[in-house]
Amino acid sequence: MKITLKVWRQKNKESKGAFKTYVHNHVSSDMSFLEMLDVLNDELIRKNEEPIAFDHDCREGICGMCSLYINGHPHGPVQTTACQLHMRSFKDGETITIEPWRAKPFPVIKDLIVDRTSFERIQQAGGYVSVNTGGVPDANAIPISKNLAEEAFDAAACIGCGACVAACKNASAMLFVSAKVSQFALLPQGQVERKARVEKMVAQMDAEGFGSCTNTYACEAECPKGIKVTNIARMNREYLSAMVSSHKIESKGGGD
Amino acid sequence: MKLDSKIPEGPLAEKWTRHKFNLKLVNPANKRKYDVIVVGTGLAGASAAASLGELGYNVKAFCFQDSPRRAHSIAAQGGINAAKNYQNDGDSVFRLFYDTIKGGDYRSREGNVYRLAETSVNIIDQCVAQGVPFAREYGGLLANRSFGGAQVSRTFYARGQTGQQLLLGAYGALNRQIANGKVKMYTRTEMLDVVVIDGKARGIITRDLTTGKIEAHSAHVVLLCTGGYSNVFYLSTSAKGSNATAIWRAHKKGAFFGNPCFTQIHPTCIPVTGTHQSKLTLMSESLRNDGRVWVPKKAMPGLKSKDAINLPETERDYFLERKYPSFGNLVPRDVASRNAKQVCDEGRGVGSGLAVFLDFTDAIKRDGESVIRAKYGNLFDMYQQITGENPYKGPMMIYPAVHYTMGGLWVDYNLMTSVPGLFALGECNFSDHGANRLGASALMQGLADGYFVIPFTVGDYLANIGWNDKIGTDHPAFKEAIDGVNERVNKLLTIKGNKTVDEFHRQLGLTMWDYCGMSRTEEGLKKAKKIIQDLQAEFWTNVNVLGSSNELNQELEKAGRVADFLELGELMIDDALNRSESCGGHFREESQTPEGEALRKDDDFAYVAAWEYQGDGQPEVLHKEELKFENVKLTQRSYK
Repeated sequence: MKITLKVWRQKNKESKGAFKTYVHNHVSSDMSFLEMLDVLNDELIRKNEEPIAFDHDCREGICGMCSLYINGHPHGPVQTTACQLHMRSFKDGETITIEPWRAKPFPVIKDLIVDRTSFERIQQAGGYVSVNTGGVPDANAIPISKNLAEEAFDAAACIGCGACVAACKNASAMLFVSAKVSQFALLPQGQVERKARVEKMVAQMDAEGFGSCTNTYACEAECPKGIKVTNIARMNREYLSAMVSSHKIESKGGGD
Repeated sequence: MKLDSKIPEGPLAEKWTRHKFNLKLVNPANKRKYDVIVVGTGLAGASAAASLGELGYNVKAFCFQDSPRRAHSIAAQGGINAAKNYQNDGDSVFRLFYDTIKGGDYRSREGNVYRLAETSVNIIDQCVAQGVPFAREYGGLLANRSFGGAQVSRTFYARGQTGQQLLLGAYGALNRQIANGKVKMYTRTEMLDVVVIDGKARGIITRDLTTGKIEAHSAHVVLLCTGGYSNVFYLSTSAKGSNATAIWRAHKKGAFFGNPCFTQIHPTCIPVTGTHQSKLTLMSESLRNDGRVWVPKKAMPGLKSKDAINLPETERDYFLERKYPSFGNLVPRDVASRNAKQVCDEGRGVGSGLAVFLDFTDAIKRDGESVIRAKYGNLFDMYQQITGENPYKGPMMIYPAVHYTMGGLWVDYNLMTSVPGLFALGECNFSDHGANRLGASALMQGLADGYFVIPFTVGDYLANIGWNDKIGTDHPAFKEAIDGVNERVNKLLTIKGNKTVDEFHRQLGLTMWDYCGMSRTEEGLKKAKKIIQDLQAEFWTNVNVLGSSNELNQELEKAGRVADFLELGELMIDDALNRSESCGGHFREESQTPEGEALRKDDDFAYVAAWEYQGDGQPEVLHKEELKFENVKLTQRSYK
């Protein structure tokens, strides 16, 4: 196959980027999208041109590291991660445009690589159950109905890639945040911190500058793991309920 | 130097309990005076960093990815073993211990393996408390399955994403400590050296992968949790970024390397499609529960799945069922892999020639497509996504791929390497799996080390040295180490040769796969050693790394890692040459039974091979740690 690529090149965070066009003559339909870029990079290096920087790691669709915006879709035309997209999804002679995730809270670091540490800070704000190692009850002391466990799992399957943000015209992170909030709101282990969790995670999400949700559902349509927008509805309910019964308790410390 | 495994005295079942009592404790008020470095944030690293943060130590954690959640533990599919005996089917701590020792072909320590089995039960409790959504029965209790040919159902699982869910649990615990200020997290940061002063590990040198800044970090202890080295083979099921640099740097600073040649080859991976192939994808071996493995009886080069369905039964060779009537398609990973290679070597491979069929036609006929879809739907989808072929309509094609490295840094019972203050956890140590790891045991070991072993043993080390025994980064040794790292980086950037980093890596990988892969001979290994030595020399004169050091430079990152793989590959070959027996995943053609099965030589090789670095270009020195078996009887594996 022969493919024309229009790739976003940007030296670093500070510099202004631009599209650069490459004609790629050595594409096989069996290649993954990232392997197609590998082969191009190999050719660029041989011509002493700097290769295209892009994030990737597991190449099995689970680590969430790859983050390419391909022909106007996060991860490209198929609802999967870019590493699981194969060139057989494209036509011979096609022109493909590759950009980084576009969102203010995801600044470009270089070429197609963005900084997603805003996601980290949201998780750090409360995306966990506060238990220390050891001293926990026997695993079967907490029975959980199969349906509930499955529903929590559906939310927990999020890989934190940020495609939902890239897909959204408002750069909203609601799908990502609501997936974690939902997992723990559904499970008995998450009940104790249920209200505090949603409050803290939403507050951090807002502080990072992610936009609002206007229910276009573009996030769900592009999510490589099929995370449902019903999680967003759940998070809205959780948030409302938490705000109504604002429960903030300041620790007094001390004790004897 | 005499290797001391520090296995505690006493009956097997009491060793760990006694040992824990004998370990020194750090006063709660003093814990904040100690600094701990954790490199790598997979299951072992994240669980260790979180647990040590909870205890009150000051932790600095490092990962090369943009988030701790992306470590390659995330990709583990099958499950995690634990001796809970929830199924009332005869499991026990001793049985899990026994299966693990036997599965490892009697090349691991009884004491370590028993502790692993013992702590396995705590892991499940911990993960459930964190909200890990394990599979459940309708009554609400946890579900189990039998895995990897085990006779009991002791594997806990979360669909086909067990590693992901366990890592996200540990990641949550780590995030909580980051928020509490007890762990400082450095993402997109790579460790490039360990600093050893007067025989003790005192810190590390890192490179910020975004800015290129080289920095020194000092601490009372350094924990390496950096995973395995399967990427020596270039093509493996590891992530592209998985590398051996941290452990190899540590090795060159005095940490012995244990059993480097012990690698695991997984039989059910998706075959290579061409020279562009960048990595391999594994499909859970649970597929072998229902799939039948076969090739044509006579060579049929290029045979495709859609044509295979019409091939009469009489012209098919179900070679595993034929050779192993009692275990059939469920023989252990190494046996299944070696047999697939053998039929392909005979010219009977299908597709590209390096593939065999895994056929579900009979299972679909027997159970119906919906039952098969319910069991393996996600794996079938994955196969179709990658290959573009529908596995419900014709047999899958599979081929073995490197999947796990049992070897790693030598550690004692406390998980401390031969360098005091330097610990190794999870896949990067050699400790628990012997010559072959059982399915669903990698996740167990990573979390056992991080949650339940290291908090005790690190405490003992720290209590013994005292909090004022710390050396700051102003010590000349740190400056010297930084200079060394800078020099190496600059050297890589100034060679400006004619070959790309990947080209070297591919050549190394092919050499290792051909001569130090599923089947090894003295002649082949010697040949490979020469090829690799030549590659090493060529690398340092002919590699082309573009760009500069003070920016994000992925080629530079790769170059440093490949330089280390080239050296580690040679040590793996030395180790494979030395071990002229077959055991577990290590198959020396010179040592096989008349039926062609792996033949151990317990009188000569019941030891851990621990290699000591002697300087560039010098042969490494072999130390032997004798393995004592007091609780199990050594037997020859048989799957007939």
